[in-house]
Amino acid sequence: MRRFFRYAFVFVFVTVLWTAAAKAQTTAPAPGDVFATAVAGLAADNFPEKSAAVTALSELKHPNGRAVLAALLDGELYFRNSDNKVFITDGGEELLALTDPLTLAAAGSGKPDDYSRITTNNSLRKTLRSAVASFALSDPDAGVRLAAVREMLRSIDDDSVAILRASMEKESDADVRKAMHEGLALADLDSAEADTRLTAVAALKDSLSPDVYNRLTAMVTAAEDGTFAEPDERVRTTAREVIASIDSSRRVYSTIETLFFGLSLGSVLVLTAIGLAITFGVMGVINMAHGELMMLGAYTTYVVQQAMPNHIGMSIFIAIPLAFLVSACVGMLIERGVVRFLYGRPLETLLATFGVSLILQQVVRDVVSANNRPVETPAWMAGSMQINEALSITYNRLYVILFMIVVFVILQVVLQKTSLGLKVRAVAQNRNMARAMGVRTQWVDAMTFGLGSGIAGVAGVALSQLTNVGPNLGQQYIIDSFMVVVFGGVGNLWGTLIGGMSLGVVSKVLEPWAGAVLAKILVLVALILFIQRRPRGLFPQKGRAAE
Amino acid sequence: MNAAQVVKQSWQKVFGAGTGSDRPMPGDASHGTILYVEDITVSFDGFRALNNLTLYIDVGELRCIIGPNGAGKTTMMDVITGKTRPDAGSAWFGITTDLLTLTEPEIAEAGIGRKFQKPTVFEQHSVLQNLALAAAGNKSVWHTLFKPIARSQLARIDEVLVTVGLKDQRDVRAGILSHGQKQWLEIGMLLMQDPRLLLVDEPVAGMTPQEVERTAELLLSLAGKHSVVVVEHDMAFVRSIAKTVTVLHEGSVLAEGSMDAVQSDPKVIEVYLGEAQERK
Amino acid sequence: MKQAPLLSLLVGERGTAVFLAIVAIVGIVVPVMHLVPAQDSALQLSGYTMTLIGKYMTYALLAVAVDLVWGYCGILSLGHAAFFALGGYAMGMYLMRQIGTRGVYGDPVLPDFMVFLNYKELPWFWHGFDMFWFAMLMVVLVPSVLAYVFGWLAFRSRVTGVYLSIITQALTYALMLAFFRNDMGFGGNNGMTDFKDILGFAINTPSTRVALFVASAVALVLGYLACRYITLSRAGRVVQAIRDAESRTRFIGYRVESYKLWIFTFSAVLAGIAGALYVPQVGIINPSEFQPINSIEVVIWVAVGGRGMLYGAVAGAVIVNYAKTFFTAALPEFWLYALGLLFVVVTLFLPRGFVGLLDRFGRKPPAPPASPVDVKAVVA
Repeated sequence: MRRFFRYAFVFVFVTVLWTAAAKAQTTAPAPGDVFATAVAGLAADNFPEKSAAVTALSELKHPNGRAVLAALLDGELYFRNSDNKVFITDGGEELLALTDPLTLAAAGSGKPDDYSRITTNNSLRKTLRSAVASFALSDPDAGVRLAAVREMLRSIDDDSVAILRASMEKESDADVRKAMHEGLALADLDSAEADTRLTAVAALKDSLSPDVYNRLTAMVTAAEDGTFAEPDERVRTTAREVIASIDSSRRVYSTIETLFFGLSLGSVLVLTAIGLAITFGVMGVINMAHGELMMLGAYTTYVVQQAMPNHIGMSIFIAIPLAFLVSACVGMLIERGVVRFLYGRPLETLLATFGVSLILQQVVRDVVSANNRPVETPAWMAGSMQINEALSITYNRLYVILFMIVVFVILQVVLQKTSLGLKVRAVAQNRNMARAMGVRTQWVDAMTFGLGSGIAGVAGVALSQLTNVGPNLGQQYIIDSFMVVVFGGVGNLWGTLIGGMSLGVVSKVLEPWAGAVLAKILVLVALILFIQRRPRGLFPQKGRAAE
Repeated sequence: MNAAQVVKQSWQKVFGAGTGSDRPMPGDASHGTILYVEDITVSFDGFRALNNLTLYIDVGELRCIIGPNGAGKTTMMDVITGKTRPDAGSAWFGITTDLLTLTEPEIAEAGIGRKFQKPTVFEQHSVLQNLALAAAGNKSVWHTLFKPIARSQLARIDEVLVTVGLKDQRDVRAGILSHGQKQWLEIGMLLMQDPRLLLVDEPVAGMTPQEVERTAELLLSLAGKHSVVVVEHDMAFVRSIAKTVTVLHEGSVLAEGSMDAVQSDPKVIEVYLGEAQERK
Repeated sequence: MKQAPLLSLLVGERGTAVFLAIVAIVGIVVPVMHLVPAQDSALQLSGYTMTLIGKYMTYALLAVAVDLVWGYCGILSLGHAAFFALGGYAMGMYLMRQIGTRGVYGDPVLPDFMVFLNYKELPWFWHGFDMFWFAMLMVVLVPSVLAYVFGWLAFRSRVTGVYLSIITQALTYALMLAFFRNDMGFGGNNGMTDFKDILGFAINTPSTRVALFVASAVALVLGYLACRYITLSRAGRVVQAIRDAESRTRFIGYRVESYKLWIFTFSAVLAGIAGALYVPQVGIINPSEFQPINSIEVVIWVAVGGRGMLYGAVAGAVIVNYAKTFFTAALPEFWLYALGLLFVVVTLFLPRGFVGLLDRFGRKPPAPPASPVDVKAVVA
């Protein structure tokens, strides 16, 4: 009997102590301390306690709470073995970089052996996800909130629904509200009530989310045995209508996107062709080395980036004038060394400049490398602008379009307003007359060739941002440049602009139907047919005595 | 003149015994006029190149057209050969051929030949080859590939060589001929087509005095068998060849008549011959 | 007038006589040197060398075709290798059909690449290619139809000079893109290869190789003579007149577009035949034959040799390709420099090519034949 009482006493005593200790741990005297306690609670060695700590943290809405919970979700929350202090870590194998969760300040580093990861299980992770999401939903930045809602739409469940409903009341931003409605409607599609589902389907009419689309399509697709996922006929009908309406919206956005790609391709074509058009218009020669001059411009960008690796953002601004100079100089060398002697023999010039192009390609292969060289996109040009789920505009293409417009305007100004431009136009229209008026046509030829080549170099800078930079870069674009010149004519820069843009847009419009290769072939055939009516292009050179 | 001679003359006029050609005469010239140009008006962007121009060329005539630059001489030729369509007026070749409805090649086929100012012979070919190229006959690919040149055309080539005085240069490359010789070759090429009417634009520009003389002889020998209209500036040359001279000014005829009459016409003196009153 | 016999006229000129003599000698000596001496003896001309020379001869025929349109008519076609390749593909299709069950997949009808790409049956345009006569017909027909249509569109609208050259580049480029596609049904980027026999004879035996070699020589000679006939005829005169002064020729009354069209088409036929003889000798045809640079290379062969002479084109083709074989073996990095320099030097300093250079030293200038014979010769 005595033994029983002794054991019982110990049992009770330990229990009381234990509960008291536990109680001591969970009482929270002050707010800052409340947060600290909650954080400390994460280091508990059982999941119920961890879960409780997580819930506590998410309810507290402490500004650092999100970081802590996110770190836990990512497996980057550790506690120090010696004192159970919790840290957010940035894991290396040798050394862990530590961040104090209470202050989010760096707290030195430590050896991985001295720390233990705070582990999670599936149900804890589920809780964490909701918690992190609900934090995101109260973030002051609307963009963050929107992204959080979209994230939720991917795996909508009861918890998410609850959070969404709760947050929706307080939501101020219209886009975020809309996304939340969408999320809730999507959840309602699973409702047992047909009417609820009907309302939900109708509410999703304006949604462009692929998840919504898939869900709706699944509802109206027949299984192999003929039954539908959605039993109610009215709901199915409405779903079909909604799908049709989404389809037509998507088509609109898709068209806009195709147009954008077309304009972007067109801008590239214009940039690559405009130098050629100038040279051909004034001197009547086709420079087959034009592609290689573009390639030199692209390589100039590469070299500039190699020279200033920490200022990639600035590199483009330096590369542009430098590429212009490099290509212009090479172009003038070609003109003085080769083209000048073949005046009046355009076919021979074509062949001779082709020889030069081969030499230039091989020089680059030998001096730099036969392989492609990497050219980085500066940060301000990277990324894209998401208009909505169906349409996103990449920045690099947008900048190329703008760049082309700037170059075009500058060229027009040079040709129309400067003395050089006047001389160039005079020589293009009537060489002999210009010479008789005292214009040094040889000098104008050299300048024109230089200008055309310089523009090629600048085009090369743009190309470096859109495609691989290698010795064959020129060859890829030269035929297209020819096409633009043939189509647009050489009488007017507008011809090149309209020609290039139309070819770009038409190619891109044809592509989804016919595939890239067939689209190109069709464009070529159309061009040959077009030339029947206008052998000299849209804007022929006027005033030429000979052809 | 007895009845028989009247009939013969009419017959000859109608059926062209005096033309030396084995081709039937297109463009009925039985009235003795081969070219009717009436009230032709041509405007370029508001500028009146030809202004109610009217003139007539007789069969077998050698007419000279003179006038200051811009008077419309070249434009007139353009209208006749179909290169330019007039805004108003009519142009007939003989009585039956309306020039304004035909294309350039059709007008050439009908028997009007034009020699341009700049000699444009084929420099890489010999004189003989140039004439052979210009020969009349079927010009299709098949024909020229497989059929030989007609014997009659070969005979004609020999004739023309004599006429233009290039018999000794038959196998010489046209590119090395003198300027004058090139002009004759070009006239020769024109003759190969056996035209009824020849329009010759400034034939003696750039020629040596001997060449000018030769050219005058050549053109005079052509008249009669062909009708020839010559546009020229060289007054001595004009005097040596023309019976009738037409003066154009600002797109219409200012005066017409013999060289003497025209040279003493006060209107002409004022407009064209200027202050220097060199009268020969 | 006494008529000079046509044959003596065709071969009477010095360059032609030299050319014919060389081809005759090569055409006899090479096969003999290959077949007669014992295998692998020092004297034996290897099959590789014979095939190489055979290849040069097909290139020479292609060069003659280009000289015809460029040197004589002034049409700078930068897409003639396309016609060469089309002829080659026609022959290739015949040879593929001949493989039959001996292919890797053993299908009696479908070539290997079709089995590999899961074709169920032969595409409609492959029918008939199991018959030699049909394939030969296609060798001639396909390039000529393409040339005719293209030429009709281009010449009729008076597209000339540089514009025309660019369009021909575009044509061959488009064909290259098309033939590279695996779903075109022509073997895609791998092309056609692994031929087994031609007309029942195994392709890799010495006797077949000799036959193909001799056939190439014969084709070259016949093609050359045909071109010579054309250039000496009245039509040839007209064509040269078109080259020198197109408007003037039109003014005289010739339908310039017709002449250009026919000469362009005939030239395409020659190129196609050259291609058809090329393929069985090199054993493969693939879409890289359509590359724009190939066509430009042919032009440089003609320019190097000397255009407007026919035998100049032959000389150029052999010289440049020999140089290429030599350089790509010995100094490959140097080849592109050499080729590029060749383009520049020849256009700047050797407008009449190497043969033209020879002419300046000692021979009387070849063009134009100022003899009265050529006009009268084609007289009845």
